Amino acid sequence: MGVALRKSAQWTAAGYGARTLEITPLNEVILKEIMMFVESFIYKHPQEAKYVFAEPLEWKTSLDPSAFESGYIVSETTVKSEEVDKDGQPLLFLSVPHIKIRSFGQLSRFLLTAKDTKLKEAQACIEANRDPVTKILGLDYNAMKDDTSVVHILDKITKDGDPESEIKMKLGVLLKHLDLHLLNHSLKHISLEICLNPAIVKNDIERLKHLSGKGEQTVLESIDYTSDYEFSNGCRAPPWRQIHGEICYVVVKPHDVDTLCITCSAEGVFLNGGKTDDEGGINYERKSEIYKDLVTFLKEKSAKFLENMSKQDVRFSEEWKKEKELKEAPKKEEEPTLQKALPASGKSVLEKNQINFGKSQMTKRLEPSLNWKATVDFKDGGSAQESQEERHGGRLERSGPLVSPGRAQLVRKSAEKIEEIISESSSESEEDEEPPDHRQEANADLPSEYWQIQKLVKYLKGGNQTATVIALCSMKDFNLAQETCQLAIRDVGGLEVLINLLDTDEVKCKIGSLKILKEISHNPQIRRNIVDLGGLPIMVNILDSPHKSLKCLAAETIANVAKFRRARRAVRRHGGITKLVALLDCAQNSQEPAQSSLYDARDVEVARCGALALWSCSKSYANKEAIRKANGIPLLAGLLKTSHENMLIPVVGTLQECASEENYRAAIKAERIIENLVKNLNSENEQLQEHCAMAIYQCAEDKETRDLVRLHGGLKPLASLLNNTDNKERLAAVTGAIWKCSISKENVTKFREYKAIETLVGLLTDQPEEVLVNVVGALGECCQEYENRVLVRKCGGIQPLVNLLVGINQTLLVNVTKAVGACAAEPESMAIIDRLDGVRLLWSLLKNPHPDVKASAAWALCPCIQNAKDAGEMVRSFVGGLELVVNLLKSDNKEVLASVCAAITNIAKDQENLAVITDHGVVPLLSKLANTNNDKLRHHLAEAISRCCMWGRNRVAFGEYKAVAPLVRYLKSNDPNVHRATAQALYQLSEDADNCITMHENGAVKLLLDMVGSPDQDLQEAAAGCISNIRRLALATEKARYT
Amino acid sequence: MNRKKLQKLTDTLIKNCKHFNKFEVNCLINLFYNLVGEVTERQGTTIGLDRNAFRNILHVTFGMTDDMIMDRVFRGFDKDNDGCVNVSEWIYGLSVFLRGTLEEKMKYCFEVFDLNGDGFISKEEMFHMLKNSLLKQPSEEDPDEGIKDLVEITLKKMDHDHDGKLSFTDYEQAVREETLLLEAFGPCLPDPKSHMEFEAQVFKDPSEFNDI
Repeated sequence: MGVALRKSAQWTAAGYGARTLEITPLNEVILKEIMMFVESFIYKHPQEAKYVFAEPLEWKTSLDPSAFESGYIVSETTVKSEEVDKDGQPLLFLSVPHIKIRSFGQLSRFLLTAKDTKLKEAQACIEANRDPVTKILGLDYNAMKDDTSVVHILDKITKDGDPESEIKMKLGVLLKHLDLHLLNHSLKHISLEICLNPAIVKNDIERLKHLSGKGEQTVLESIDYTSDYEFSNGCRAPPWRQIHGEICYVVVKPHDVDTLCITCSAEGVFLNGGKTDDEGGINYERKSEIYKDLVTFLKEKSAKFLENMSKQDVRFSEEWKKEKELKEAPKKEEEPTLQKALPASGKSVLEKNQINFGKSQMTKRLEPSLNWKATVDFKDGGSAQESQEERHGGRLERSGPLVSPGRAQLVRKSAEKIEEIISESSSESEEDEEPPDHRQEANADLPSEYWQIQKLVKYLKGGNQTATVIALCSMKDFNLAQETCQLAIRDVGGLEVLINLLDTDEVKCKIGSLKILKEISHNPQIRRNIVDLGGLPIMVNILDSPHKSLKCLAAETIANVAKFRRARRAVRRHGGITKLVALLDCAQNSQEPAQSSLYDARDVEVARCGALALWSCSKSYANKEAIRKANGIPLLAGLLKTSHENMLIPVVGTLQECASEENYRAAIKAERIIENLVKNLNSENEQLQEHCAMAIYQCAEDKETRDLVRLHGGLKPLASLLNNTDNKERLAAVTGAIWKCSISKENVTKFREYKAIETLVGLLTDQPEEVLVNVVGALGECCQEYENRVLVRKCGGIQPLVNLLVGINQTLLVNVTKAVGACAAEPESMAIIDRLDGVRLLWSLLKNPHPDVKASAAWALCPCIQNAKDAGEMVRSFVGGLELVVNLLKSDNKEVLASVCAAITNIAKDQENLAVITDHGVVPLLSKLANTNNDKLRHHLAEAISRCCMWGRNRVAFGEYKAVAPLVRYLKSNDPNVHRATAQALYQLSEDADNCITMHENGAVKLLLDMVGSPDQDLQEAAAGCISNIRRLALATEKARYT
Repeated sequence: MNRKKLQKLTDTLIKNCKHFNKFEVNCLINLFYNLVGEVTERQGTTIGLDRNAFRNILHVTFGMTDDMIMDRVFRGFDKDNDGCVNVSEWIYGLSVFLRGTLEEKMKYCFEVFDLNGDGFISKEEMFHMLKNSLLKQPSEEDPDEGIKDLVEITLKKMDHDHDGKLSFTDYEQAVREETLLLEAFGPCLPDPKSHMEFEAQVFKDPSEFNDI
């Protein structure tokens, strides 16, 4: 604990008198840990507790001698422990107020005696004994301590060889452990703390100033700095206080409490001693706890502030949300983490702050976004607003024309945002989050390219057409794929010039500029900058140009830029989709003019670039619609017939994106696209194969499509692609296609023929989740057939499947439960599942928060219970399992309900279990579900009811809970399964006379009579049985009447 | 000019001109004589466009502005160096000017840029051609600094054999890599817009042509 105390504990810095421990949360934690250690010491290490310290720990205690009880010799002003060392000296000696303690045993006992004041005592002890370890173990230990290796200490001590040394050694080790523990603890604690910096504080204060003034609505009456002078590092505290981390002092007058004089320091915000009498002086002593920021502090101190601030917060957090997406993400700022890491490496708090301030001068440019990040972390709407304003400032500086949003604009933005959200496609994966913006520091070491590019941009700006073309060509020679160059172009203002060039009449300049934009727009930040600078509308306009190469370049650049949603929306808004679709048309009426101009590309190339851009754009839902409306599908279908890979990839990619939409799938069927997709599965190009498989995956939701895939011979290439597992993206797409295709039985037969099932089982391990989901899904479908179940078992597929039951991916769990359930239908597989404890795993998935998983798990349990040996016993062995199942009947998800009903049907086959679930109230819960129109639920509910009738007075109970009348209405359904289950349930219920009356009243007899004529034997029988029960009752009544 | 004479002239000229068809040659001949107009009759001897008339056409019709380049273009057209472009030079020059293949155009452009005709584009020549290409920054100490730098950039880009001047081979290689460099030192070919306008106007229906 020596190290921990020296390094982590926060001592009051400038001492007035003795140094004391500050009352910070960190110190408190450290003290408590030490106390716990000491208190439990006597029990945990009785041997070591007897060890006598080299020197006593001495301090002033506030404890009264009368507090000591047995084991002590107590007098008026002194206390001696009965326990003495070998020289007969007492191990505890108190002579008010001084106390000396010489063993851990006594320390423990003392703390126990101290009860409520033990924290204070511990603090006093540690304050008085700055190096307790030395005192405990003696100076020789202390001399060794710099050599941190414990082994040395051990050596040193064990050399003596006597038992005391051994104890001493153990003690040494124990203390070492405590030390480590404390350090770890304080590290955790420190990492939770937020370091403020001058910029954050300044923002907070500026914002509060903004919201302060007279009147009821303001948050504060006033807030002012005590000093007008701001140092270059942003601090206002005098330099000799800055080294303690203090940033500035403010005087705040809230509405409801007295004026507060507050210190803002790097560790947080706290109340200080207020202004002293001498001019401008402040009593720097801390008088309150430390709060993480000014707003939190004031919320604590002033109720009025809290109330008014929360009103503001609501507004700001809304604004902030809207604003969020318009902004680039904050620049990365490593400094806070660096600072947090420092304490561990043993630097003092003071040093850290000096470093901090030193750096903040240097990195002034970076600070605004640091702020933003920090305030977002706090989830403090108020501070977010501030940073929002500030970021606006930043944007204004950079891009000029942007105006800070007025109220009306905000409203418009929010509308846009809503539209944007709905227009988002599910397949959208990349870049929804704005990437961090790395701006190069002005004074960092810049590569030589930077200066060369800067010069070229100067010529771009100041040159005529000839000079511009030369500069553009020269710029193109830089490695534009390299981020340094990309950002250099932007940072020297090159993007603006390049985009401006697009608006001129000079074809050559436009071509040159687009060639550069096309390359640098691979960089996510540049894309955003291009959109911010309004580049997209201009490029969309170029798509109309008579020059094909211009069209190509513009389309390719759009393809690069439209990788994020705001850009895609911009393309659509400016009519880009229609124009891009028109590009596809070029290749169709292919009449290459005899005399092609110098700068022109070929028509096929134009179409390819168009497809490329459409591919990027098609990631947004609204754009898919726009492509369809612009009649893009037949054109894409046409292009699909070509054999150029670089044409096919974007075309198939676009189709694959769009196939997530229902009307696209219909169109894809109509345009006979599947045939070509299958054809391209056989291509050599992996990417093409991947996209084709992906498109098939999307489309094969539909039965007709699945058949088409088979008819065009697509199953074989899919099966053979399974064997190549290196390319995971392609594997995921292929397995996905196989999954969807295997929903059709004919396809499953084919897959078995191609030995795909064995391969799939082999893919159950060591694959990424995206692949696993599909593989398991496919196996789930395949295992619907008996032969395949056997096959899966023989290939050893059960074990990996059961292992996957412990995952967390919802889609995967749904598929795994389905597959396991399918396997469980075969008794031998079931035995394996049971042995692997798979049923318990399935059962625990009933607790999964996601309803699909719950339902799927419940479905899977049905065959398990059916096929397990001693199923009843097994079910009972799951503690709380039955109650869990019954309670799932309270769910509001129809699928969950149906599956749970089915599970209950199976559980209730065992009389004992039926009794248990009856006790858990299954009857009222089932009865409550009776009023439903969902045929699937009706089917399983009726079965469950019919099963549950078999116990006690459940039949009567169902009648009492009014389940009978709704059941009668089920007979009017169109589903024969519902008929059968209902008739059976009614048959069971009709054993009770009251139920018969209810049935009769609800017209069951006529409906049942129709059922008697059904070809379904079970239905026939049940209906007849039910009628006979009703009839018998009628006869009995009649008889009773006449006798 | 009578019809027969025109027919004969067209037939001779069409032989060494592969980019125009007969009708187009016809139109261009007519245009030529329209442009030359009365001047020919007065002088009676050489029939052709002198430097000023030709430069006027380049300026008005094709929007060229650089005097030096226009002079060089005139020289490019005026094969026999007699100070005026005659009808056959007119047809031949325009065929490259308007419809030339990349090779022909490269050759033509190189000749235009090679101011002294020594087969190389030297630094001095580049400097000469580029000297008006940059906006003069009053703040700069040496106003030619930028131009010199631009010349260096161009050399770095195009001078593949590093001999400090551009041979035709250098130039050709650079242009094949990046077509934009064809007119590296100034526009000496019609820009696409005026090109189209010119062709549309000259090659329109012959019945209307007479109205010009």
